Amino acid sequence: MLTVSMTVNGKQVSKEVEPRTLLVQFLREHLSLTGTHVGCDTSQCGACVVHVDGTSVKSCTMLAAQADGATVTTIEGLAQDGELHPMQAAFKEHHGLQCGFCTPGMVMSAVDLLKHNPDPSDREIREWLQGNICRCTGYHNIVKAIQAAAQSMRG
Amino acid sequence: MADSGIGSRTTRREDKRFLTGKGRYTDDINRHGQAYAYFLRAPVAHARVTGIDTSAAETAPGVVAVFTGKDMEADGVGSLPCGWVVTDKHGQPHKAPPHFPLVRDAVRYVGDHVAMVIAESAAEAKDAAELIQVDYEELPAVVDPMQARSSQQIHEAAPENLCYDWELGDKAAADAAFAKAAHVTKLDLINNRLVPNAMEPRAAIGEWDSGTDEYTIYSTSQNPHLLRLILCAFVLGLPESRVRVIAPDVGGGFGSKIFAYAEETACTWASKKIGGRPVKWTAERGEAFLSDCHGRDHVTHCELALDADGRFLGMKVDTTANMGAYLSSFATSVPSYLYATLLAGQYTTPVVYANVKAVFTNTAPVDAYRGAGRPEATYVVERLVEIAARETGRDPAELRRLNFIKPDQFPYQTPVALMYDIGDYEPSLDKALSMIDYKGFGARKAASEARGKLRGIGLSAYIEACGIAPSAVVGSLGAGVGLWESATVRFNATGTVAVMTGAHSHGQGHETTFAQLVSEKLGIPYENVEIVHGDTGRIPMGMGTYGSRSLAVGGSAIVKACDKIIAKGKKIAAHLMEASEGDVEFANGQFTVAGTDKSKAMAEIAFTAYVPHNYPEGVEPGLDETAFYDPLNFTYPSGVHIAEVEIDPDTGITTIADWVAVDDFGNVINPMIVEGQVHGGIAQGVGQALLEHTVYDRDSGQLLTGSYMDYAMPRADNFPTFRVETTTSACTHNPLGVKGCGEAGAIASPAALMNAITDALGVEIDMPATPEKVWRAAQAKLRVAAE
Repeated sequence: MLTVSMTVNGKQVSKEVEPRTLLVQFLREHLSLTGTHVGCDTSQCGACVVHVDGTSVKSCTMLAAQADGATVTTIEGLAQDGELHPMQAAFKEHHGLQCGFCTPGMVMSAVDLLKHNPDPSDREIREWLQGNICRCTGYHNIVKAIQAAAQSMRG
Repeated sequence: MADSGIGSRTTRREDKRFLTGKGRYTDDINRHGQAYAYFLRAPVAHARVTGIDTSAAETAPGVVAVFTGKDMEADGVGSLPCGWVVTDKHGQPHKAPPHFPLVRDAVRYVGDHVAMVIAESAAEAKDAAELIQVDYEELPAVVDPMQARSSQQIHEAAPENLCYDWELGDKAAADAAFAKAAHVTKLDLINNRLVPNAMEPRAAIGEWDSGTDEYTIYSTSQNPHLLRLILCAFVLGLPESRVRVIAPDVGGGFGSKIFAYAEETACTWASKKIGGRPVKWTAERGEAFLSDCHGRDHVTHCELALDADGRFLGMKVDTTANMGAYLSSFATSVPSYLYATLLAGQYTTPVVYANVKAVFTNTAPVDAYRGAGRPEATYVVERLVEIAARETGRDPAELRRLNFIKPDQFPYQTPVALMYDIGDYEPSLDKALSMIDYKGFGARKAASEARGKLRGIGLSAYIEACGIAPSAVVGSLGAGVGLWESATVRFNATGTVAVMTGAHSHGQGHETTFAQLVSEKLGIPYENVEIVHGDTGRIPMGMGTYGSRSLAVGGSAIVKACDKIIAKGKKIAAHLMEASEGDVEFANGQFTVAGTDKSKAMAEIAFTAYVPHNYPEGVEPGLDETAFYDPLNFTYPSGVHIAEVEIDPDTGITTIADWVAVDDFGNVINPMIVEGQVHGGIAQGVGQALLEHTVYDRDSGQLLTGSYMDYAMPRADNFPTFRVETTTSACTHNPLGVKGCGEAGAIASPAALMNAITDALGVEIDMPATPEKVWRAAQAKLRVAAE
């Protein structure tokens, strides 16, 4: 067992974990932050995307120990003071989700895209999302939502 | 009601919890004292099991118990049943070999369930499973349905590995029609095997309460009551009243979560065996590939006969359908009654004959997957029609138009059992042709060719039978269940309403659509309507969500329950307003007396029903009505999809340049949600046509496409922006005039895309049109052109 400490959604946390504990297991099982999902075993689907020190990361592909000392934001930490983040609001407004399972990873990934590229083309959005699989929406409304969020965040 | 009534693009109320990480899926639930299950799965495709030694695993760290099929047998656990008995062409029932949750004497596909380990943690259960010693006496395996009948027999009950040899239609009449034909188009098709791949892997928690002898099952199910029925009546022999199934938020299903599987059965049974600790299991994606029911997997030869004018004279279809190693819950209905009955398509083809042989192989069970039989039928019909047009030098759109059933021919009795109640196919065709600028295709093709690219266009005019299903009809065809739906509309004393529906959303947005419906029907604020589903402890017995049935059947049950509420409300209102019941009218949430200014609001009536101080004699207190709705017919959504592709002959990469869809779903409650369903359906069909392919090794029976590294899931950059429109011919036999929209995209799109790709290439290829296949075909075309 080893002790892992990090800041998650603004709160300092410290837990004893097995060394093989993945970051996603740490979030889901040790912190009960079940918004981050596991959809595959091979780092393909992106349902587990969170931000580690401000960058999108597949939390199934990182050990909790590797995030020791880091600042982590999960989907639960995105809305501020009960107000949806513009990306969350845009997904709702444009029906960018159906079953909701891939959605947390999609949203976290999309937020990171806009940090890198505040005015992406449809093609750039679609290419960025190669690491996020959605089986419900055909991606059509996800792309629309990200465009709308980009526009509202540019102001 | 303008912003939330019928027809409005109301945003979804379920979204907030999904967008903030507060969705509650089965794996998000943890029960006090729970243990974790891991299933040891067969590493070989076909073998006798001559011994299982679990002793080392039983003493491994953290292990609570290890169970095998012998333990279940000793406890009298039954076989997972197939709920639809197909009668073959000789009048005999299909062969239904036993399907035990944990194997007893043999394993029959890679992933079959050999033993169950329960431990304090999932990791300990998995580690301990590696210590189980199993003696396998390997047998030859078969994975190709066309080889099944001449291969090693898989079940004692099924000689030649034949489940059934079934037919529909008049063979002699078909032969006679073909004898008169001016032209016959012949085609061999493979409908490739798919893995449904809902993004949420299956999961279950089984929990037995030693105090009450009651069970609670949390499960990723599309139909909690159906799961309860199957487990109680057939497998575990429990009284339904002691079993509660809760399907919380479900992360996609596409059919794969209809069925009763080994894992939830075993977790439920095992919880009692270990004294009542909850037993939790969550599939890894690799397990999902191995053991979720797969879809499609047909091999078909088909022929279409035309007269000299291009009119269809007859169709003959010969299909071999892969059932996998065991019959899943509704497997047998998919390549029979959900397939051959759709072979008339949108056309007046007077004679259709279909012969379907369903076979067992050493592969995962195959069952309903988005569309279930209807995509396979559409693929046959729409590929045949397209090729017939090419062969006879006709415009594919005009050949379709010539053969369409005309509006004045409805109700239309097809030669394959179904009676289409209504349809109007030309408006969808015309709209789609106009949207894609069909006339301008030649110029676009020339522009592509000038850039060294190949361009193709393809149509698909599909029909489906949805709103599953009239119980008496499906019963006469072998279904073991009724396919009605239920609803309870329960007013609270304060005027808010809870609606308990047997349908269960796994992404379709029922909480929004059904609330829109009830709000409009009862004239109460949308915010005051709560939708309750997915819990057998809270809803009346219901049949769940599949077959695009939730609004057409479940919504109709809600309407019926609302009608009962209004009828009772009129009695109460008549008493309060001192009018005769016959003079009371209801509209926009108000009970009024004709010809007066007297009026009572719905909320006031509800309050009076629960505080009946001044109340009509002989009327029961309360405002709480349940209705069951059994549809009179299937519904028949239809439409036209057109795909346009550009192919790079140097790389074999197909780019979808444009996609238009014009669908007739009848009346629409929420267009935003309907469009989303179409987008997703198209994407799944495009996945089948372009990318997805389930491959088992022909010799070893190993699944070669067992992860997202090997199985090509469609990604965002595989698609264009879809252009989706609707036309409307309202369903004639349900109170909402709705038809269903969940499966249309997946039904229409494979044929449209393959018609476009083969139009560009000039030769036939099978799905999926991978770059390699397309490149070979494109290079061959260029060589021919050069010569």
